Amino acid sequence: MSEGPRIGKDEWVARAGENIARNRLLRLFDRIPGWARLLAFVVGVALIPLITDDGYINAVVFDTLIFCLLAIGLNVVVGWGGLLDLGYIAFFGVGAYTYAILSSEKFDLHLTTPVVMVIAVVLGALLGFLVGLPSWRLVGDYLAIVTLFVYQIFISIVTNGHDLFGVDLTGGVNGIANLDPFDFFGLQIPVSHEGIFNSNYVYVALAVFVAVFVALYLVNHSRIGRSWRALREDTLAAELMGMPTDWLKLLAFAFGAAVAALTGSLFASLKVGVFPETFSLTLLITVYAMVILGGVGSQTGAVLGAVAVYVFLEALRDPDVSGWVFYVSIVLALLFLVRPRWMVAIVLAATAAFGFVVHAVVGAIDDSWTAGAPPDSDRITRLLDSWVAIPANPGDAKTLAYVSLVALLLFVTTLKGVWRWAALVPTLYLAAFVWENVLSLQPDVTRFVLLGAMLVGVMVTRPSGVLGEHRVEIV
Amino acid sequence: MSLLELQGVSMAFGGLRCVDNLDLHVDAAEILSVIGPNGAGKTTLFNLITGVYEPTDGDIVFEGRSIKGLSPHRITQRGIARTFQTLRLFLNMSVRENVMAAAYGHTKAGVLRSILRTPGMRREEQEIRELAEQRLAFFGERLTGYRWDQPAYSLSYANRRRLEIARATATNPRLLLLDEPAAGMNPKETQEITELISQLRDEAGYTILVIEHDMHVVEGISDRVVALDHGVKIAEGSFDEVATNARVVEAYLGTGAAERK
Repeated sequence: MSEGPRIGKDEWVARAGENIARNRLLRLFDRIPGWARLLAFVVGVALIPLITDDGYINAVVFDTLIFCLLAIGLNVVVGWGGLLDLGYIAFFGVGAYTYAILSSEKFDLHLTTPVVMVIAVVLGALLGFLVGLPSWRLVGDYLAIVTLFVYQIFISIVTNGHDLFGVDLTGGVNGIANLDPFDFFGLQIPVSHEGIFNSNYVYVALAVFVAVFVALYLVNHSRIGRSWRALREDTLAAELMGMPTDWLKLLAFAFGAAVAALTGSLFASLKVGVFPETFSLTLLITVYAMVILGGVGSQTGAVLGAVAVYVFLEALRDPDVSGWVFYVSIVLALLFLVRPRWMVAIVLAATAAFGFVVHAVVGAIDDSWTAGAPPDSDRITRLLDSWVAIPANPGDAKTLAYVSLVALLLFVTTLKGVWRWAALVPTLYLAAFVWENVLSLQPDVTRFVLLGAMLVGVMVTRPSGVLGEHRVEIV
Repeated sequence: MSLLELQGVSMAFGGLRCVDNLDLHVDAAEILSVIGPNGAGKTTLFNLITGVYEPTDGDIVFEGRSIKGLSPHRITQRGIARTFQTLRLFLNMSVRENVMAAAYGHTKAGVLRSILRTPGMRREEQEIRELAEQRLAFFGERLTGYRWDQPAYSLSYANRRRLEIARATATNPRLLLLDEPAAGMNPKETQEITELISQLRDEAGYTILVIEHDMHVVEGISDRVVALDHGVKIAEGSFDEVATNARVVEAYLGTGAAERK
């Protein structure tokens, strides 16, 4: 018999299951040691300001690092502790306001940033303990609702904080402006340098990120992290195996809160001011999307999710990019979903033909229906110019088209066989029409729609996120 | 002196008295079996001893000190560990991690020492690892080697039961509570588990309190047997004494069964 591990039937099944869950690319990624991945990330980020002095790009890199920090902090509570914390962004806000109060003209306090950060971390951790208290009695959605109210309390306090028992603490809706730039014991880093974003902020954020990432990694690979995972799996069993679960839950909350507060103070050091509306529910949902997309419980996954989602969202501000994303993802979706494959070619060809006919007919009836200027004369739009009808005055047609697109989509799902393919052709054309006439004109709304579509796509193919462990709830 | 002593313990859920004025003692290094029909209060008894429930009346004394009202993890740290009738493993953690996690109570490294990776912390981590592997080795080759790193959910039912026992022993208990260790096992596995329970006492030195329905297992392992019905102790003594006790037969088979026999 050959050497090496003997594999029984159970193991063979388990291994096969793992192989199905993790494709070849991911298994290759698994084989790279953790420190090498971190090093590659750090070097990659550190090089960006050297390659380009474009202020916008460097600002995006800084914000991406902020989101990475928020995501790995949230991963402690949600991924490792298994506690659904919807008040998370409140701690981010607490950190930012701590900075604003202690380091601005507001109270004429100008503490050095490292000191502010320490105060923010301590304050965040203490508040985390407090918010974690309901987790002794509540689990899952019940805990989520209670923590959501904590977030609401935070928003109420900061919005009405201009008259807190007669003291103006937070400046109310106007927030606190004129914040000091990052200050390292007297060494100041001005926010902008000759009118463009100071790329030194990227290095500050990167340093904070590495410190937090490594610290969290080490905690996770210790008896504390192990017991967090145990209590996520089965709280009662963890308690009965000698783990003080109540304390461990508070510790998870405090860790998440401390990371969020630290991130908040770093975030504020760059901004001119802090305002209540910065800490919106959209921000909370975005951070959750990052953690879920990357794979709940995986620290690397959280970072990957943060980078993917934030860069994606930023890129989609540009109508050119979002156009490409829209059309390419439709073709990809067809390739994945339509069987047999040659049917894709037929559907696309039919759609193209259908478009030219519609364009010609509509143009012949009324010139103004094809006279509309494309929103941006990038390549796709020019290509589509004689295909998609773009009315000069769409008016109600926009709404009508949008509603009928939704109706058609629902209709297509009820059809079977050849009728489905036939109905798909006008649906696709209508989708392009809606995109060119409605969606591409509002990139701020559309980018979230596209992000949602991307999330649905990824989560359907990988339910536990990109790097998430294949998890079993009940066997 | 007894290792564990229940003195007039009662547990009532509203009007329902699941355990009623129960006196019970477990002596050091003995194997005591608790039997009784479904709903007799056996698992409630385990929940009372381990602190999941706090008794409404009476006192529970372990090694001369009352453990009544302590939280479950404190009771475990005092030296009582259990397994579950319905398995409660940490399914998505590896086999080794399941056992390592249970060493929490007798290890110390906190957050700061974990981040700084102090020599003491590393040594402790190494010790936990060795402890886990040693506890798993108790079950022969079934839970060793390549199995260490496999998730607990990939184990067969019988191996999960074994892993639960290994996990419980990693808390370094003096008293081990086994809740139906042979449930769902085939005759061969039942035979093995019978031998194993005796080994746990003879070689590892644990005192064992076991709930079991399989009378062959009870007969094979017990020094003493206690029979419960409706939360009341109806018989106590050697296996033969309890098994032939009229009230026990009645509890299992119904009124009049003893006479007809």
